Amino acid sequence: MKTSTTMKRNKTLKTVLALSLMATVMTSCSSDDDTPEVVNEEEIITTMTVTLTSADGTATLQSQDLDGDGPDAPVITADNLTANTTYTGSIELLNETETPAEDITEEVEEEADEHQFFFGLTGSLTDVTYSDEDGDGNPVGLEFELTTGDAGSGTITITLRHEPTKPNDGTLADAGGETDIAQTFTVVVE
Amino acid sequence: MKNYLYVFVIFCSSFIYAQDCNSILLGEIVDFHDNSTLSGATINITGKNLSTVSKENGKFTFKNLCDGVLELEISHPECTTKFVTLTINGDTFYEIRLEHHLEELNEVKVIGDVPKSTNSAQENILSVKDIERNSGNSLGDALKKIAGISTLNTGGNIVKPVIQGLNGSRILILNNNVRMQDMEWGEEHAPNVDVNANQNISVIKGAAAIEYGGDAIGGVIVLEPLPIVRTDSLFGKTQLNLSSNGRGGNITSSLTKSYKSGLYIKAQGSYKKLGDLEAPDYILSNTGINESGLSLNIGKRDFEQGWEGYYSYFNSEIGILRASHIGNVDDLINAINSDVPSVINDFTYDITQPNQEVTHHLGKLSYYRRFEGFGKWTTQYDFQQNRRFEYDIRVGDDADKASLDLKLTTHSVLTNIKFDAKEGFDLKVGALGRYQTNFANPDTGVRRLIPDYDKYDLGLFAVGSYELNKDWTLDAGARYDFSRIDSKKFYRVSRWEERGYDVDFADIIIEDLGTQLLVNPVFDYHNFSGTAGFHYELNDKNHLRFNYAYSQRAPNASELFSDGLHHSAARIELGDLRIKSETSSKLSVSLERNTSKWGYTFAPFLNSIKDFILVEPTGVEFTIRGAFPVWSYRQTDAVLLGLDASLYNNWSSKIRTDHKFAWVRGTDTETDTPLINIPAANFTNSITYTNPKWNNFLVSLESQYVFEQTRFPDNIEVFSPEQQENVILDINTPPDAYQLLSLNTEASFTLKNKNDLTVGLSASNLLNTNYRDYLNRQRYFVDDMGRNISLRLIFNY
Repeated sequence: MKTSTTMKRNKTLKTVLALSLMATVMTSCSSDDDTPEVVNEEEIITTMTVTLTSADGTATLQSQDLDGDGPDAPVITADNLTANTTYTGSIELLNETETPAEDITEEVEEEADEHQFFFGLTGSLTDVTYSDEDGDGNPVGLEFELTTGDAGSGTITITLRHEPTKPNDGTLADAGGETDIAQTFTVVVE
Repeated sequence: MKNYLYVFVIFCSSFIYAQDCNSILLGEIVDFHDNSTLSGATINITGKNLSTVSKENGKFTFKNLCDGVLELEISHPECTTKFVTLTINGDTFYEIRLEHHLEELNEVKVIGDVPKSTNSAQENILSVKDIERNSGNSLGDALKKIAGISTLNTGGNIVKPVIQGLNGSRILILNNNVRMQDMEWGEEHAPNVDVNANQNISVIKGAAAIEYGGDAIGGVIVLEPLPIVRTDSLFGKTQLNLSSNGRGGNITSSLTKSYKSGLYIKAQGSYKKLGDLEAPDYILSNTGINESGLSLNIGKRDFEQGWEGYYSYFNSEIGILRASHIGNVDDLINAINSDVPSVINDFTYDITQPNQEVTHHLGKLSYYRRFEGFGKWTTQYDFQQNRRFEYDIRVGDDADKASLDLKLTTHSVLTNIKFDAKEGFDLKVGALGRYQTNFANPDTGVRRLIPDYDKYDLGLFAVGSYELNKDWTLDAGARYDFSRIDSKKFYRVSRWEERGYDVDFADIIIEDLGTQLLVNPVFDYHNFSGTAGFHYELNDKNHLRFNYAYSQRAPNASELFSDGLHHSAARIELGDLRIKSETSSKLSVSLERNTSKWGYTFAPFLNSIKDFILVEPTGVEFTIRGAFPVWSYRQTDAVLLGLDASLYNNWSSKIRTDHKFAWVRGTDTETDTPLINIPAANFTNSITYTNPKWNNFLVSLESQYVFEQTRFPDNIEVFSPEQQENVILDINTPPDAYQLLSLNTEASFTLKNKNDLTVGLSASNLLNTNYRDYLNRQRYFVDDMGRNISLRLIFNY
């Protein structure tokens, strides 16, 4: 009696083992022709275009990094500015990995209370003031005014922080948060 | 049980003495394996007060027995106690075969005498007490008790064991004889095991245990349940731990039902919850953990055959320090230069992004059968599924979406035969087949860090040990492993070209999508491993072990394919398709002395690794978000030289001191520079007072001194957009040396059964010392954990 139940149990075990082996083989066969789906990153900002308008005309600063986190560095271009001039500035953000390009500016506008641009100036770039504010009356920086000094060269570092402390004292250290953009433009002022 | 009794009736009585009680039982006790006779076995007739001992020739007799059925209980110091039912019909002869390989049946006095997997390699076992004391911690923390084991941490809850300087895929974790397949490749991927599920934990340093795998260059961690006692019993254990740091605790409970027939069922469950951990000066925001585990064993262990079904479930949700989520290299520079983390929130139990959630299912079926005078055949099938989500701080509609979603499924079949019929000579041959598939879910909307792949493994091995004489035991083994990895992966065209793959791998492109390429790398690896060594017993107190292990490890998916920005680590990780297997040659020697008064282990090793695979910071890449440090995998030749030493002394029956020291030096021999992430030397001393008369009272004070790691690779120079100049990124400099004190006390009490309740109170980092550890990836951002006082209650029933 006992022997026969043992044998039966062995049989069951062998069946289970055989079935699991078959399952293994079957899964390995079926997965061979799976072609993975491509991922096109959605949140990525590839392009920041700063349009600076004065009575004399329009100048553009642009940083474009089409491969995102890939090895290629952003391509930075900057038009020359006129000395002792106040420009009206606006920032446009795009994701150009998608066609048509996705406008990220709108996303920042919608969540203005969670975002803020910071401007760092050196040399012939002398002053920046915010021209826009979020629902709580704190600056955002999609619109701003930039003043140039005497002819020479200068840099403007534009940083977009996500979830900064708002209000803050205008410094990156006080604002905290995550950096979404940090680009520096070297500009000739003439 | 009856079916392996060999019955020989040598005398068929022609006279019938109805109801007469003068029959004679003549018996012979024989070893099952080699048919040798066993003397000194005690034979009792149950229910009657009759007993005898088997003589030199294995024979025993009982006289004046009545005809009918009776039961014998046969016990032998080296064997399992056996009950035999037999029928007396006149003068009767029985041959009784005893199993004298205790480890198989695990019936008696196995605890404290756990069988070793190898003879010549260094092997350490954690005591059940050590596991109980670490019930609220991770596996890595529990193993740190052993000299030469350190940990690679990402905060307090993600803890990877490091054996003699090596971690990750170089360490094989065997969970109830199933090799864990839980994405062990990542630095922030901790082993997905509950330290409470298996109470028998041992570590084999190095690759000597090649029956488990040929690629365990670092070592093997063996987790097994305690042996089940083969009697009719029902017992359980519940342990509750409460911790001050994290303001939570865990509870674990197990219940075992066993039968005399060898059948057993065991169920075990654990739950753990901790909130934010605390450094001495601040809260470590978002470092909580929720963890649950469940395991179920059911099986039957018999002398001739046995089977087991095992299932385990493990789920953990772990917060990643909020302040370690940084934007770019400037944030990293600022974090390294700042003494306090950028984010400190109020204490909370809530876990928010960044965090990870991992679920691991493991199931196995195994069967063994013994063949008389031959050996034992074992076969096993196991299934594992590991699902890992990593959440990052994201914006807009994707805020709650995982950034990484991987599902790793593994099926393995193994079989082996152990020939142990010949006394003093054991030979085991076996084979392994494994299929593994990884699926990287594209719904994350983030490019895959690890791609989809299928992996096939085939292994063949033979290991043997030979007892030359009483003093010398030799062991040796050889193994061949084939593995094929077949992946489908998207590369950015810019990355493909930057890596030079357009030259070397142009033929594996299967689809060109403009900015991305779909490629199909298929790589085969043929790996060989071998080991040989001896164990020499100088006398019964002193032992010498020597082992040489040669092993090869194929690169893992991360080393080959990593490609992308790891947001929570703020680093771009790059694998290399050209990476081939690494080959280790390791010599280890261990001199040991064990007496009740004092003992020591002195174990130096030399591990020379050709084509050693490592990841280290190599530069920066610029994106619109700023500059990110790049960590690249590369291969080089390396040498690890080290020493593990320990010493104990019982000053009196109540006072004992323990001392241990571990040191390892890692060098990249191609560039003659130090290797990255080699643990600093450490020196631990403890004094313990025990008094069995005071409820087994124990108190111990331990000091752990961790030296400063003075050998590290150079820091890298990066351009800081914020500072508009090149600066040194102090990413490799190790922190200062530190010393920690800990105190532990416990006592046991009797509620229902003797000493069934143990109460323990312990404090780690007793002086609330501020420190940072070189092998903690969060050392750039925060101090390590401060004081933790924990209470544990252990109840056996």
